[in-house]
Parts: sequence; structure tokens; C-alpha cells
Amino acid sequence: MTGEKLTRDDAAYVARLARIDLTDEELDLYAGQLAVVLDHAAQVAALDTTGVGPTAHPLPLKNVLRPDEPRPCLDRDVVLGQAPAVEDGRFLVPRILGEPE
Amino acid sequence: MTTALALAGQVRRGEVSAAEVVDRHLAAIDEADGAVHAFLTVLHDGARRRAAEIDRRIAAGEDPGPLAGVPVAVKDNLCTAGVRTTCSSRILDGWCPPYDATVVERLQGAGAVVVGKTNLDEFAMGSSTENSAFGPTRNPYAADRVPGGSSGGSAAAVAAGLVPLALGSDTGGSIRQPAALCGVVGMKPTYGMVSRYGLVAFASSLDQVGPFGTTVADAAGLFEVIAGHDPLDSTSLERPAPRAVETLDEGVEGLRVGLPRELVEGVAPDVGARVQRAAEVLASAGATVTECSIPELAYGLPAYYLLAPAEASSNLSRYDGVRYGLRVEGDDVEAMMRATRAAGFGAEVKRRIMLGTYALSAGYYDAYYGQAQKVRTLIINAFDEAYRHADVLLGATTPTTAFPLGAKVDDPMAMYLSDVCTVPSNLAGHPAISVPFGADGDGLPIGVQVLAPALCEPLVFRVAAVLEEAAPAPVAPALAGATWSGR
Amino acid sequence: MTAAETTGWEPVIGLEVHCELRTETKLFCGCRNAFGDEPNTNICPVCLGLPGSLPVLNATAVEFAMRIGTALHCEIRPSLFHRKNYFYPDMPKDYQISQYDEPINTNGWLELPDGSRVGVERAHMEEDTGKTTHRGGGGRIHEAEHSLVDYNRAGVPLVEIVSRPDIRSATQARLYAAELRGVLIATGASDGRMEEGSMRVDANVSVRRAGEAFGTRCEIKNLNSLRSLVRAIEYEITRQVEVLESGGTVAQQTRHWDEDQGRTGALRSKEEAFDYRYFPEPDLVRVDPDARWQAEVAAAVGAMPADRRAALAALLGPDGTSQARTDQIATVVEHGLDGLMTTAVEAGIGATLALARTANEASAEPERARALDPAGYTALLRLEQEGTLSATQAKVVLGDLLERGGDPAALARLRGFEALEADSLAAVMDELIADHPDEWARFVGGDDKLTGFFTGLAMQATDKKANGKAVAAELRRRRG
Repeated sequence: MTGEKLTRDDAAYVARLARIDLTDEELDLYAGQLAVVLDHAAQVAALDTTGVGPTAHPLPLKNVLRPDEPRPCLDRDVVLGQAPAVEDGRFLVPRILGEPE
Repeated sequence: MTTALALAGQVRRGEVSAAEVVDRHLAAIDEADGAVHAFLTVLHDGARRRAAEIDRRIAAGEDPGPLAGVPVAVKDNLCTAGVRTTCSSRILDGWCPPYDATVVERLQGAGAVVVGKTNLDEFAMGSSTENSAFGPTRNPYAADRVPGGSSGGSAAAVAAGLVPLALGSDTGGSIRQPAALCGVVGMKPTYGMVSRYGLVAFASSLDQVGPFGTTVADAAGLFEVIAGHDPLDSTSLERPAPRAVETLDEGVEGLRVGLPRELVEGVAPDVGARVQRAAEVLASAGATVTECSIPELAYGLPAYYLLAPAEASSNLSRYDGVRYGLRVEGDDVEAMMRATRAAGFGAEVKRRIMLGTYALSAGYYDAYYGQAQKVRTLIINAFDEAYRHADVLLGATTPTTAFPLGAKVDDPMAMYLSDVCTVPSNLAGHPAISVPFGADGDGLPIGVQVLAPALCEPLVFRVAAVLEEAAPAPVAPALAGATWSGR
Repeated sequence: MTAAETTGWEPVIGLEVHCELRTETKLFCGCRNAFGDEPNTNICPVCLGLPGSLPVLNATAVEFAMRIGTALHCEIRPSLFHRKNYFYPDMPKDYQISQYDEPINTNGWLELPDGSRVGVERAHMEEDTGKTTHRGGGGRIHEAEHSLVDYNRAGVPLVEIVSRPDIRSATQARLYAAELRGVLIATGASDGRMEEGSMRVDANVSVRRAGEAFGTRCEIKNLNSLRSLVRAIEYEITRQVEVLESGGTVAQQTRHWDEDQGRTGALRSKEEAFDYRYFPEPDLVRVDPDARWQAEVAAAVGAMPADRRAALAALLGPDGTSQARTDQIATVVEHGLDGLMTTAVEAGIGATLALARTANEASAEPERARALDPAGYTALLRLEQEGTLSATQAKVVLGDLLERGGDPAALARLRGFEALEADSLAAVMDELIADHPDEWARFVGGDDKLTGFFTGLAMQATDKKANGKAVAAELRRRRG
């Protein structure tokens, strides 16, 4: 993993996944910078983690639940008042070209 | 200005009005913050209204709480209802949260007066507050130097004496490192000790809200107010806030202090010297100080720079121009999202989103994110082993004193190395504090760090109090406000 | 045989069913879980994904998920939530909190009324998305000018039930979906309404030559009824067979069922397959239901449709095993009339008669039948059983009973089916016996052939209102 160069195509793929438009110059810049950081981060590969479980949470909580009881919700006008575009009480977005999955 | 707790006492006893206290601090902010730029939003009207309310309650014989009338600054990644909250980002352009963060509610419940929102690195990603979309904050001790980050605004506000208390957030050192660079006390609680509800998420399994103060006692007092179980945060510990103030003076007689070489070697000579001095102070006060080594700590930074960006890349997906904040129009919704995020996020945020997305992506998950989670376990185990022979650990907070503005912006790796001493505590979920402990040859503050196992906040504060006692008296910073008054 | 079967192709079908849970509130916040409210009136910082918000898990949703797992014979295990990351305007956080490789329920199965068994791979919890409506261009997504999003549904608790690809025909798929719906309703966890969207079915369909490896599958979406499910699967099987038989290959894709045109169509495909970048949800902790909670849930889960069918079959004994009976039993349970039938049988009505009337007549009006007073229903069946009413007459009276309720005997009289009062018949019999002492003596002595003699006379005397069976029963009773 160390020494793996992050190409501009890799950076472009990641930028698409992350929904951020980047110029070619930015792609090159980020590809280079990320490669340096990944090199450093790849030191983790050096460690022997056989038999070691991952830590998702520093503290072992479980079964945190709440009762199925209604609580006050937000005033629609307050929420829609901050929306970039609204129509008929709903959030308006430009046309959707693809299906979600 | 006296300490926050003393101030609150005066207000509660009616010796001084909350209105007067707040006015004084607002005036200091108005006068001095132009040069410091600690604040993004100052709540002149809101703070005065709150102060008037506090005074009314005192006149009616009520007790508004342990922080009555005390002006507090809140980092601008904590939600304040009806008050714009930017996270120092263009993408939250003009957004006003319709709710308060739990910690803000608790502040208000204790009688404190929120006087403003402070500057930060955008979405808390950075170590210098230079990644703010609204311009950097300057270190009150040297206007050409960084205050540290990401909670640079809160640290600077307290350092300049503009407020006695502030809230920050710490994901990889973002409270402790600016505290060290600005010469104030800054502390990160045990993960889960303080509610994250209303803290705009950066890295969910690492973020914690914590206090800044000019004294250890003040920081402990603020910690007590904000800590404790919150049913709105599933990762919040099922326990009330520990009592940290009442055990402050218990000293360190008989305590075992470990000095891991990984937190001392490789730091700037002045910083290293102060850490040694701190060790001597503790030894003189009755503690046994032993050098030790925790080699796994060296893997903290690489693990952190996989885990934190990964979680951040997901947490920041919601900023898509659909429901609030900035929207840059596009032909279709995807084009709109891509253009909005391109325009709304700064370079560091984009970099970390890219890094995190990559670390989680198919084919790389196991080697990057998955492996980093395992390294996290190794670090926790290593700490546990170290704490079999020590009650607390001592070390540097950050390798250098405040560096010049612009010095590291083009070298992300150099910037990330500021966090090498602080990230292990975030990975392990342990509490840690930075205490001001002198300065370097240029008068730039140096902080030393005390680390302890989970849930041992009282111990952390207690040791810090001993160090504070022996530390040189604070010097007024160049950019001090009229309300600065030392300790 | 289907066309596919005749050409030697075997369909392989798996169903993914998303069902909305009948909780009061959403999965991670206290907003109401309600259908049909004004847009964006059931939202809060959490389900809107506002900066700083955090999810907290609904205990009842976990309970319902466990009930479903129990009913489907799953292993209930400690589970984690994961984030499924993708961008879409109906997703407030642009990730969905779901379960990935450590789901709450795995390895179950569902027995169908035809005796076949379909494996259930998993049944996991996840949050629902908001709803988009499209404006301009006829309201369809592909020609829309813009879209509008309502987040009332965002955060509603779902359980996604994934079957193993054990289904081999559209008919069996329908059976599975109908049976699953019955199970979901029986657990109380969901109301199973496909048309309203509280139960959404997607079908994964592929074909192969018997004995070969699985072929490429397509996912079919937009199935809003059981009928659409059947039509769409049959269409897709035929389509894939045609592709393969003409030498082509089936492209793996998601296809949308068009009810009006009666065909599936490929959705606009994306450049690359989705990379969901699953990782454990850091804002939530592990769910680990202890043995006691699991036992409580198991006890709370009522009888499943299969159990109820078995109970009715037991009432019928050996008579209950024919295909016709099995179908009748399935009908009775499907319409929730097994309680009605069982009450009648327990009160002395023959199981076969009870089954026939319940499956054939009562089930024609299931909602009214469910509202029937069981005592009245039993009384009507008893009138038929004792011969007071003929089968034809009983069916007519049942129709009246369903329509307007009332007392069966009174309804019969209104129709002119005078169930001869017991005393009137007794009076008639007294007279006949008195008039024909010799015949009576021979009958009493054991000559059963005289039953017909007396029955005929009774018919004459009562203008055919007497019921043959009732007369015979009365004769036997008097003889002792």
C-alpha cells in the first residue's frame, strides 16, 4: 500500500463519489497531497493486528433505547424559511436524473 | 476580571450586576477583537437581555446557578437557537439552528451568558484556525502567529481576557493544542461524558465538547456544568457529571506519574524543557515520576488520519444544497450538489472528505478504515497496560509553540503533525488537559498535558492544579482586552 | 406449465420486502409515524438531519423487528447499525442508517400454504427516506422539470425482509408475498398494505437451465399489488428467456414495472455501480437483546397463519388433507375467520359444515363476516346441521345475516323458510302417530323403512315446511 500513487483518475473517482466538482488543477493538487497523507497513514498496515478486534466505540455501551412516545417537532415555517427553494410546503430541487439505487 | 467562579459568586451575592459584567466584556470585545478576530458573531442584544433576566431573578431571591452572569464564548460549531451558526464554512451561509445544543442549554441553565460565537477551522478540521472561511484568528500573544486550532477563536478569546470561559470541541487535540499555544487551560473530557447533541459532527467517535478557562478551577467548574448523561445522545454515558471542583486541592502525594518518551522526544527544545520542569514539580509535590514508553502511541496519528476523515466524509454529506445553507444552481440535482459543495467547502475540508471517502471505498476499507479501527484497539490496550504502572501520564501538548500564520498551510502533513501528542487520547476516549506552564524564548506560551484513564476527570484536574500553582505568573498578551487580569 | 417451463428454463426468484413498522414514532426520533399529514409537518432536527442532530433508537421498533424475526423462525442476534452512504434528495443526511453484515435477524424461513418453504436470509432494521414528487413533464421522474421533497416519511422504521432465491414461479412468489403479509399483520408489527406503501415488494428474477448455476438477475421495482407482482415476474421471465434463446446475455440491471404497458423497462443506468462505503454507525451503540427480552417477544407473538391453518386442519382430522380442504382452510385464515369457525365447531357444529360455510359463503364478505356475532353464526349453522334449514336455505339466510345481522331464525321466517317450531312439529308428529298406530308400532319395533312413510306424511301435513332430517331425528328420538 505504501508507495501506491494516487492518480488523477483515482482522485476524480473519489470526487464523484463525494459529489464535489473539482478542476483538473485541483485534482492534481489533491492527488499529490493525499498520496503523501496516505503514505503516512499506511503505517498502520505495518502493525500486526492478527486477532485484534476493531474498536467502534471507545466505551462499551449497548442497548441505548428510547420509549415510543411522541415529542414536539419543528414548526414547518421555521424549517422551510431556511430552505434554498420551496414549493407547496416542500423542498424544491432541480430535476432528478437517476434513481437512488 | 477575576476568575469565572469568583465572578459568579459576586453576581449571585448581588455585589455586582450581571448587566455590568456583561457590558464590560462586550466593550472589551468591541475594542480588542478587531485585532484578534476571535469572534464571528457577537450577541450584544441577546447577551444584555440574558443579563437583565439574571439580575431580575437575583432580585427576586432566586439563584440562577453556579455561573450566574458569567460571559461565555461558544465555538461556532455548537448550535445556538436563532443565532447564526457557521462552522466557519460558506456552505452554512446564513443558517440559524432552530434548537440549542445540549451544552448550550446547560450553560444557560447554570446562569451563564453566551456573548458570542467563536472562530474555528472550517468544520473543526485544522490545527491553526487558518481554515476558516471568514479569516484566521490571531494569537493574542503575537499577532503574526496562529492561535492553534481548530478551537482557535475560543482559546484566543479567553487568552485575551475577552471572556473568562469558552466552549470548544476536541477531535484530535482541537481544544488542548490551541490552549497550549494561547496560554490558557483547555480540557477534553472522557468520550461520552459530555453530550454531542447540537455539536456539528466532524468525527463522531472522536468528538467531544470541552471547557477553556484561565484557571484549572474555572475549567473544572465549566466541565461540571456541561457534563453528564443526555438522552438525546446515544453515545452519552449513563452517569451524572463527576465532581471535579471539590477534589482540586487534594494534591499529588503518592500519585504515580508516567512520562512516556513518545510525548517528550521530538518536540521543540523549549517545550521539552518545560515538560521536564513539570515532572520535577510533580515529584517535589510527592508524586513518583517514572519514564516509560508506549510505542503504539506513534501509530495514533496515522490511524487518526484515516478514521477521522472517514467519519467526516460521511458526516458532511448532508451539506448538499437541498434543505439549508448555500445552494449553487445546477441543471439537475446532482450538478447542483456538486457545484454547491465545490463552492461551499474550503480546501482542507475537501481534502479530508476525499481522504475519508477513499479510506472507506470498496477495496480499501479493510486496509485503511478497518485496519485503523484495529490499531485503535491496540492503542487502548497499550494505555491500559501503561496505567497498570501509573495513575496519570505527563507530556507535551503539542511539539512546538505558535507557528507563524501561513507557515504550514501548503503542507498538510506538517500541519497534521501538530496533533501527534493529542490524538491518542481521542482514539482511546480518555480525558486529558493542557495547562499553561511557561513560555519559550519569544514569550510564546507553552502548555503541558496531563492524561488519565477514562472517567478520571477529577484526577486530571487535580494534577493540573498542582502544575498551575507552580507555573510562572501569566503575562498579559500583546492583544489583551481591557478585561484581561491574569489569574 | 409456463412458457419458460416448456422450454426447459427454470426461473429463480427472490423477494425483498420493505415493511413499515406500526410504531407511534419514527425509528430515531420522537416525530409521529403517520401517513397522510401535511408535508413536512412531522419533522425535527434528527429526522431532517440538521447539523448537530443525533439518532436515538426506538425500543418498540426493536421489539417489532424481533417479533418479525421470531415469526420467521430467524436467529435473533446482537446487531449493529451501519451507514449506507449515497446522495439523493430524499435522504436528509445523504446516508441511510441501516444494518449491514450484523443484522438483527438471520437464517429464517416461511412455510407457504401449498406446503413449500422459502428461506429468509435476513430481516433487518433501517430508516425510511422522504418522498419526492415530480413536477412538469407529466409527473414522471424522467421528464420532470423539478422535484419536491417531503420528509414526513424520513426516519420511519422499516424492516427489510430478504428471501433466499428459493422461489421458482410467479405463483409461488405471490403465495410468499401473501403469506408474509399475513405474518406481518399477525405479529402486530405492520399493517401490510401494498397499495399504501407500508409493504413494498421488489423482485429479483433470473432464469437458468435446470442444474446449472444461477443466471444474471434483474431487480424489478414498482410492484404495487400482488397482481402486479405476478404479471411483472411472468413478463420478466419471458423477457429473459427470449434474450437468452436469441443468443444474447441478460444485463444486470434494475427494471421498473410499468403497470399500464404491462412491461418492465430498464432505468437510466449510472456510470458505475454504487459504492455505499458501509461503516458502523458511530452515533449508535450495539443492540443486544438479552434472553429474557427475546422470550418476552416470543410470547407476545401470536399464532402465525401457518399455525392457525394447522389448528383448523386438526379440527377436520383426516378430512382436512385434501387439496380442496387445504384451499378452504387457507381462505378462512387469510380472511381472519378462523376464530368464527372454531367457535362454531366448539359449540357442536360439524367441522366440515363449518368449514364449507365459512370458506365459501362467509369469506365472500370478509369484513362483515369478521364482525358477525359468533353465537348467531353458530345458531344459523345449527339450523342447517339439524335439518331445520336446507343447505340452500342456510346460504340465503347467511347472506341476509351478513348484510344486516339479526337473529337467524327470524331471518329464516322472513324468507318464508319457516323453521318449523319444535312444538308445531311435535304436534304434527303426535297426530300422525295417533293416526297410524300400526305403522308406528312397526317402526318402534325396528322397521326403519317406515321413516320415509312418516316423513312423507309430515311433509304433506306441513305443506313441505317440515325438514326431512328434522322429522327423522324426531322419529328416532321418540322411539328412544
